[in-house]
Amino acid sequence: MDSQIHSYQVNHLKQLESEAIFILRETAAQFDKPALLFSGGKDSIVMAHLARKAFHPARLPFPLLHIDTGHNFPETLTYRDEFVADLKARLIVALVQDSIDRGTAREEKGPNPSRNAIQTVTLLEAIESNQFDACLGGGRRDEEKARAKERFFSHRDDFGQWDPKNQRPELWNIFNGRKHHGEHFRVFPLSNWTEMDVWQYIKAEKIPLPNLYFTHERVVFKRAGAWLAVSEFVTLGEDEEPLKKTVRFRTIGDMTCTGAVESEASTLDEIIQEVATARQTERGTRADDKRSETAMEDRKKEGYF
Amino acid sequence: MSDENITAGYLDMDLLRFTTAGSVDDGKSTLIGRLLYDSKNTFEDQMEAVERSSKQRGDENINLALLTDGLRAEREQGITIDVAYRYFATPKRKFIIADTPGHIQYTRNMVTGASTANLAIILVDARLGVIEQTCRHAFIADLLRIRHIVLAVNKMDLVEYSQEAFDKIVDEFKRFASRLDNLVDITAIPISALHGDNVVTKSDKMPWYHGPDLLYHLETVYIGSDHNHVDPRFPVQWVIRPHSDEHHDYRGYAGRVAGGVFKPGDDVVIQPSGFATKIKSIDSFEGPVEEAFAPLSVTVTLEDEIDISRGDMIAKPNNQPHKSQEIDAMICWFSDKTKLALRGKYFLRHTTREVKAIVEEVRYKVNINTLHKIEDDLEFSLNDIGRISLRTSAPLLYDSYRRNRITGSFILIDQHTNETVAAGMIV
Repeated sequence: MDSQIHSYQVNHLKQLESEAIFILRETAAQFDKPALLFSGGKDSIVMAHLARKAFHPARLPFPLLHIDTGHNFPETLTYRDEFVADLKARLIVALVQDSIDRGTAREEKGPNPSRNAIQTVTLLEAIESNQFDACLGGGRRDEEKARAKERFFSHRDDFGQWDPKNQRPELWNIFNGRKHHGEHFRVFPLSNWTEMDVWQYIKAEKIPLPNLYFTHERVVFKRAGAWLAVSEFVTLGEDEEPLKKTVRFRTIGDMTCTGAVESEASTLDEIIQEVATARQTERGTRADDKRSETAMEDRKKEGYF
Repeated sequence: MSDENITAGYLDMDLLRFTTAGSVDDGKSTLIGRLLYDSKNTFEDQMEAVERSSKQRGDENINLALLTDGLRAEREQGITIDVAYRYFATPKRKFIIADTPGHIQYTRNMVTGASTANLAIILVDARLGVIEQTCRHAFIADLLRIRHIVLAVNKMDLVEYSQEAFDKIVDEFKRFASRLDNLVDITAIPISALHGDNVVTKSDKMPWYHGPDLLYHLETVYIGSDHNHVDPRFPVQWVIRPHSDEHHDYRGYAGRVAGGVFKPGDDVVIQPSGFATKIKSIDSFEGPVEEAFAPLSVTVTLEDEIDISRGDMIAKPNNQPHKSQEIDAMICWFSDKTKLALRGKYFLRHTTREVKAIVEEVRYKVNINTLHKIEDDLEFSLNDIGRISLRTSAPLLYDSYRRNRITGSFILIDQHTNETVAAGMIV
């Protein structure tokens, strides 16, 4: 310990952690009613873990909000409920099905129906009905090119829209969360993290993850270059053949649009090794991003995560 | 290397934030693309997407700028709209690049990118040498107090890799830099971003150059002393009161250390109240810690029960921040919709404190190409930099920006639009 005391060197994970905790506390301090968007994916798990650290020994000063498309992997929901109980946090679940039943969202037609786009409707409805004025998201700038342009504190107008060409500059560690009535913010504490940082942090902090991230056998089929899980939510086309494969998931979203990668990685070290040598971005497995070159930007402008 | 070694090495990395500054066509995007590509930090699907778009746009070569330009408007118009952050890592360090584009918001963007940077790469075209923009970039790097500068003399291939051309540019730059206060650590590197000379590997075309290649320099430049570890400053961000049976009387002050070192048992003073007490413990989720220093986020508990809230500052009796309602500052104006108004009122954010501020005096503007003071035109519009005096509704607890970037910086917010209209550095 003695040799470290006067070096004041802080490794990059500690710096990222310290920055994220600062952002989480700043969100609690600057807003009246924040919520943490929790999907059961690794980024939101890391964010919730950081929130626990930020306010320890008190509980989180905000609830978790899950936008539930109904197209979840069952493992995600099991994990979610255990995680929330352990955290002693409050969980609010907003169902996309409710929006469909209300007639505010309409189910996609066609061979590849996805609820990815319409969950924005449910999210904005949940924000409005709960009067949330800030939603913490696990988005990272390295994920996707439109996300690379995001601020830590990202302003949304009273329609929930993002205007990427008119964002507030962010300097030093001063964050401007001032807003007019009806507007809200999306806050991204993991902005400066990469996929590798997230995995390294999960390992360093021994954070338990849903087993979907580790290798397992699964019946999958190929669609648009990705291995999708066979489930009740997808209808196989004539030329789509179910196959049993040894796979894992690099990201977790809906069963209808999250592609698996063939992998034998069963430990965090093996996953880290795989990430280090990966030649595809993690969202390369996401059919929702591939609909057009600016699919993410277009969805984000509407109010997506 | 075994898996364990990769993990161990990665956990030992530190973080360097740098910004890149160059004029249009200096090859900035190519350089960043080269750094990402040659250090194997681009992915196949990204490169395929860039190739596809390049072809569609009719670009002759693969346009590496498309790696950094993400928005529809940027790709359509071939411009970069605002600061883009890029990430890459080598086994030694993780890097965050703030890529700041030119065009109309240039100064505003570079000031933003520079505010969190340890190092600035200033690009010059070897054929053109030090031009007006180069001086502007150096001035902003100096103003924002970036300690380390790399003068990257690019396009060496177009001047036949000539040492004479390189030396002349370096001399010229150093002559200009000597007029600035903080630019002391300058490393000049001759490169060709297009061909990769001296970017991630040493070039064999310039045997007369004995210094490091760019990546090696970025990996090894010493940044350990960039934070202030001398003046103890702890801006209180949030008060932790669990209200639980287990922690009934717990009262913790959460925040991120802005300067100096704090230890349990230290005598401290709380400002602005002036109350004195001692640090009882420094807490983290993992348990108590022995010391806290910038930039760590921790929770401090105190021996005495004192009324403390967000915006207060914990310091030490023998080393306290300035406390005043009158401040002098250099500012950069950020708004393209409004101009700075004399007697105008703004919200001022400084550390975790927000007050109202009124502009008492506009002293001068700076011509950032020549460093001359302008005293006959005091109207601040987008990108203007100069010195003003402010009076605040409550005291600020501050240090000069030169002494501490965190306790010496602030932003001004428009009271009606809520937009951030200026960045300020306290003199």
